[in-house]
Amino acid sequence: MPVIEIEQLAKSYRVYQKKEGLWASMSGLFHREYRDVNAVRGIDLTVNEGEFVAFLGPNGAGKTTTLKLLSGVINPTSGTARVMGHVPWRRENAYRRRFALVMGQKNQLWWDLPALESFRLHQQIYRIDAQQFEETKNELTDSLEVSNLLKQPVRELSLGERMKMELTAALLHSPEVLFLDEPTIGLDVIAQHNIQKFLKSYQEKRQVTIMLTSHYMKDVAALCQRVVVINHGQIQYDGSLAGIVDQFSGFKIISLQFAETESFDDLERYGQVLEVQPPKARLRIARAEVPSVLAAVLDGHSIVDVAVEDPPLEEVIADVFSQGNDKAASENTPKETSLTNHK
Amino acid sequence: MYARALTWWIILRIALEERLVYRGDFMLGTLMRFLPIITQIFLWWAVFETVGGGSVADADIAGYSYNDMVAYYLLTMISRAFSSMPGLASGIALQIRNGEIKKFLIQPVDLIGFLLLNRIAHKLVYYTIAILPFAFVFYLCRNFFASGWPDALTLVAFIASLIMGFLIGYFLEVSIGLIGFWFLEVSSLLFVYMLFSFFLSGHMFPLDILPAPWNTLVDILPLKYLAYFPSAIFLGKVTGWDLVNGLAIQAAWLIFFIAFSRVMFARGVKRYSGFGG
Repeated sequence: MPVIEIEQLAKSYRVYQKKEGLWASMSGLFHREYRDVNAVRGIDLTVNEGEFVAFLGPNGAGKTTTLKLLSGVINPTSGTARVMGHVPWRRENAYRRRFALVMGQKNQLWWDLPALESFRLHQQIYRIDAQQFEETKNELTDSLEVSNLLKQPVRELSLGERMKMELTAALLHSPEVLFLDEPTIGLDVIAQHNIQKFLKSYQEKRQVTIMLTSHYMKDVAALCQRVVVINHGQIQYDGSLAGIVDQFSGFKIISLQFAETESFDDLERYGQVLEVQPPKARLRIARAEVPSVLAAVLDGHSIVDVAVEDPPLEEVIADVFSQGNDKAASENTPKETSLTNHK
Repeated sequence: MYARALTWWIILRIALEERLVYRGDFMLGTLMRFLPIITQIFLWWAVFETVGGGSVADADIAGYSYNDMVAYYLLTMISRAFSSMPGLASGIALQIRNGEIKKFLIQPVDLIGFLLLNRIAHKLVYYTIAILPFAFVFYLCRNFFASGWPDALTLVAFIASLIMGFLIGYFLEVSIGLIGFWFLEVSSLLFVYMLFSFFLSGHMFPLDILPAPWNTLVDILPLKYLAYFPSAIFLGKVTGWDLVNGLAIQAAWLIFFIAFSRVMFARGVKRYSGFGG
C-alpha cells in the first residue's frame, strides 16, 4: 500500500544575489537581483508502507528540500504529494501527529533542561496517554542505552547522546512515517553504528515507513533496501543498492597475489593498475573483459590467490553524481537559472 | 478541553523550570532594575527645585507635585514589569533566521500560544523574586503616595489594566518579531519601537503633562496602555465613565493585537513556506 505518493513535485527558490564589494552592497539596498534556484524539478516517487528508503545525492541535490516538502515546512511550486492521504503543506494537526522529522543538525530539545522534560512536553503536544508514554519512552531509551541520562541537562550530553535523545523525542508519539535528515552527521563510528542498529531493529519491529538522507554509505548499506539517487532536483536512479553498482559501474577490481618469483613489469597490458605492493597487485578491469583477463593472468603467471570485487560503493556513487553533473550541464544550462530583476 | 488545559499547564511548568535554571542571572537582573529609582528621584527633585525657584514643595508641573511625580514613576515601574517583554521580538526573529521556527510548523503546537505560556512563566518567576525588593522600595517611598491606598474598585481596575497591559505588550512584540519573516533582522526596528515606547507609553513622564497636539497623539496610540494608563488608574486620575471607557478601549486594542499577530503569523508562514525554509 503506498504511504507516500509524489507526482511531478517541483520547488524553486528565489535567492538574493549579493555581489562582491562595498559599493555593490550599498546598491543592493535599493535594487536587488534575484536568481531562481530549482531545488526540486519534477519528482515522481511512490513509497510503500514499511519501506526503508535512502535518499542519496550530493549537497544541494534537493534531498532536504524534498523532506521539507513532505513534512509540510514548505509549499511546492507545482506538483502534488500525499503522505498517508494528507497533503503535507496543509499542516493539519491530524497529519502532524502521525509523522516525525529528525534533522541531524537541528535541536528540538530544551537545552537547559533534562531530556525527560522535553519528552513530557512532547507527550502533551502529541497527546500521548500516560501509560503508553512510559512504555514507549522506556523501550526507546533502553534500546538506545540512554535511560540513565534522562535527568541530565541536555547541554551536558555528548553529541551522540543528544542525537539519541532527539530520536527518542521524535519517536515518542509512534509516528507511522519518519523522515531522517542526516541523523548520524558528525557522530563517531561507534555512535553511528549504535544509531544504525537501533533504526534497523526499530523499523523491523514497527514496520514504519522511513525516508533517510545520509552521506555515509555505511548507513545506507546497513539500513535501506531501496535507494533513490537524486541530483539536480531530479531522480537519477531508483532501485536496490547493489543495482547501482551493476548499472553505473562497468568495472570490477581484481586483486592478485603472485608467487615470490614473479615480476610485475607488464601488468599494464591487462588493464588499469591501481596498486602494486609485491607480492600483491590490484587491477581495474572492464566488466566484460573479466573472464578473458583472468584467464590470461592465470595462464601467464604463477598466482597464489585471486579475488574479484565490485568497486567501493563510495566511488560508484561519486561517479553517478558526476555523471549527473555532466548531463545537467550539457542539457539544462540555459533553463536552469534565470536572472530576474525585482525592484 | 481538559487535555488542552493540561498541555498548557505542562508547558508552563517546564518553562518555569527552565527560567529557574538561571537564578543567579535573574536575581542580579532584578536587583539592578531598582538602581534607576534613586537617580529618578534625584532628577525630579532637581527639576522641581528649578521650577519652584528653590522650593520643591511649592513647585507644580501640569498639576503634578514632586510627590505625585515620584509616586507616578514608581507605579510605571510596576506597569513596565508587566508590559515589557525583554528578548521576545528579537528571539522570534532569531528563530526565523536560524530555522528553529520549523519546529512549530512540524509539531502540532501553536507558536503564539506556546510563547505566551513561556512569557507567563518568565513573568511569574520574575515577580516571585522581585516582590520583596518591590515591597521594600514601596515601603521606603510610602510618603510619596499622598492619598494612600486607592479603594478596592480602583485596585481591581488597576490589576485588570496591568494584565491587559501585559497581553498588549506580548502580542505587540510578537507582531514585531514576526516581521522577521520579511526582513530577517528586526533589531533596528525594535530599537525605534523601544525609543517611541519609552516616551509615548508614559515611562519617562506622565502623558497628561503633554501639550496639544501631542496629548491627542498619545491618546490615539496603544502605547499609553503599557505604562501610563494603569498608573493613572492607581493615582485616581481616571474615574467613573472615563475609567470604564479607558478599559474598554484597552480591551479593544488587546483584541486588535491578538488578531493582528495571528494574521502576521499566517501570512509570514505562507511567505516562509513559499520562498524559504
